[in-house]
Amino acid sequence: MHVVTSKPCQMKEFQIVVLAKQVPDTRNVGKDAMKADGTVNRASLPAIFNPEDLHALEQALLIKDQFPGSKITLLTMGPPRAVEILREGFYRGADDAVLLTDRAFAGSDTLATSYALACTIRKIKNVDIIICGRQAIDGDTAQVGPQVAEKLGIPQITYAEGIVSITADKIQVKRRLERGVEVVEGSFPLLITVNNTAAHCRPRNAKRLMKYKHASTISNRQETNEDYLSTSITKPHLSIKEWSVADIECDKVQLGLNGSPTKVKKVDNIVFQSKESRSIDDLDEDIDELMKELISSHIIG
Amino acid sequence: MNNIIVYCELDEGKIADVSFELLTKGRCLANQLNCKLEALLIGDNLKGFEKEIFPYGVDTLYVADDKRLSPYSTLPHSSVVVNLFREQQPQIALMGATSIGRDLGPRVSSSLGSGLTADCTELEIGDHEDKKLNKVYKDLLYQIRPAFGGNIIATIINPDCRPQMATVREGVMKKEIADANYKGKLVNLDTEKYVDDTCFIMKVIERHIESSKVNIKNAPVVVSGGFGVGSAENFKLLYKLANMLGGEVGASRAAVDAGYAEHERQVGQTGITVRPKLYIACGISGQIQHLAGMMESSIIISINSDPNAPINKIANYVINGKVENVIPKMIKYYKEHTK
Repeated sequence: MHVVTSKPCQMKEFQIVVLAKQVPDTRNVGKDAMKADGTVNRASLPAIFNPEDLHALEQALLIKDQFPGSKITLLTMGPPRAVEILREGFYRGADDAVLLTDRAFAGSDTLATSYALACTIRKIKNVDIIICGRQAIDGDTAQVGPQVAEKLGIPQITYAEGIVSITADKIQVKRRLERGVEVVEGSFPLLITVNNTAAHCRPRNAKRLMKYKHASTISNRQETNEDYLSTSITKPHLSIKEWSVADIECDKVQLGLNGSPTKVKKVDNIVFQSKESRSIDDLDEDIDELMKELISSHIIG
Repeated sequence: MNNIIVYCELDEGKIADVSFELLTKGRCLANQLNCKLEALLIGDNLKGFEKEIFPYGVDTLYVADDKRLSPYSTLPHSSVVVNLFREQQPQIALMGATSIGRDLGPRVSSSLGSGLTADCTELEIGDHEDKKLNKVYKDLLYQIRPAFGGNIIATIINPDCRPQMATVREGVMKKEIADANYKGKLVNLDTEKYVDDTCFIMKVIERHIESSKVNIKNAPVVVSGGFGVGSAENFKLLYKLANMLGGEVGASRAAVDAGYAEHERQVGQTGITVRPKLYIACGISGQIQHLAGMMESSIIISINSDPNAPINKIANYVINGKVENVIPKMIKYYKEHTK
């Protein structure tokens, strides 16, 4: 009997960073979610893993399935409680996670956000692929991905629907455009933004859930008065990295409100009318009136 | 210096409608600001397009004509735009909120450090007073857009950084020729000065038409049809209305069984449950199985020729009439009232 011993082939080990955001679930905003000053009370909405970022995580996991030595780091910028989505990422297969949190980031628009994220990715070092959702449901701007790519000086592939093929030095990605699809090829490093038409994220893994359910950042543990030093020494996997401005190399002028060229001048609430019914006929002036009303109340248009 | 530049987008060898709409809006803003309206066209084999662009009141058209610049690719196009903007210093730059504009816009804004507002629904000129700095900014671009899942309308400004950049979706603004004989200046850019070889590292392998999967669940507007729509032909009207409102088409079980719509569009107990901002029920009587799938919608409009249809009881607006009469009127008046 012949025994064929094949040499283990040199597998590329990709360094992948997945950008994720914890967002208020805006798909379901009730009237009580508004503060008196017209801003939305984010605290009263359930905070969730931005849906398209989960699609992004799945693409990273698919790459890792093919190249098992790869490492997936989940990166989020937000308040301390955003650690929830990092845990969620661990349950589904992420290897490492970083929470970027600091008061200095407050009031960031997309440009200041992407600057902070780009500085953090530089600190993570030697990243081959950055994957993020196309847009977050609380802003729908789709700007942070391309802006991070520009700040890092690397190419971008937006609107990805899936990875067609990937080798150690090339990747082909299918993009979803308005009226069709396009397959583009690029080399590393690059940044990919993923659409919600891409594959859904795999569910939580039961073993990983048990392993990581108590994972937390140092400030989480300080709050709960835990012996936070001993946890990070005896169970290092339960300690999630928490970085502040001091941990990343950056120019502070470009952060937060200061670093944001766009300012919000005014916010108008959309007032949904009470559910009283109005009946009209199909006369021109009636429909004219109705369309005007729908447009002026911002229900359409 | 200090003009308005519109990035004109090519769609299958033709200038996209959204670009003409932006030029129309741009002309109007330029008149208010007393500045010039300029346009930028990037691609391959672009001779003759100026005849289509100048009538919108364009004073200068910059053309970057190079075989390597077609089809659209992020790096070369953003390189041309960034270098031209550095040179021309426009005060306002507009792009379509398309897969091209939303890929290009953020890249350019990041490179120039200027603010960008995506998906504006209105653009106006106005002043802003910063009380902290005790400073008044004259003639800023108010970029008005829905945010937070469409639950608020925000007015965004860029007080200090230029250009003030905005993207706008197709169909939001009106398209109108300013003067068929308008005379503008054509400037052919020397592309070698605007892009270098390092920009061409991404390759487009193939592109083809492939319709996307139906996504009714996340649509802000659902236009649904029932058996009362009458025919697959009439159903096309629903698509027209839904496209215009940025929504999707749904159907009742009866309409799916009659072959008017695909099964994946079925709303109701055995189909999809939706809770859009606006649900327009066309010729749907309102069986309880259907209502179960849509009664959480914020606003419901029912179009029905039967005034006693059960769905009318839960509708905010009831339009008594035939679908084929009512929808064309809705389309007509919607167009009249949006800018």
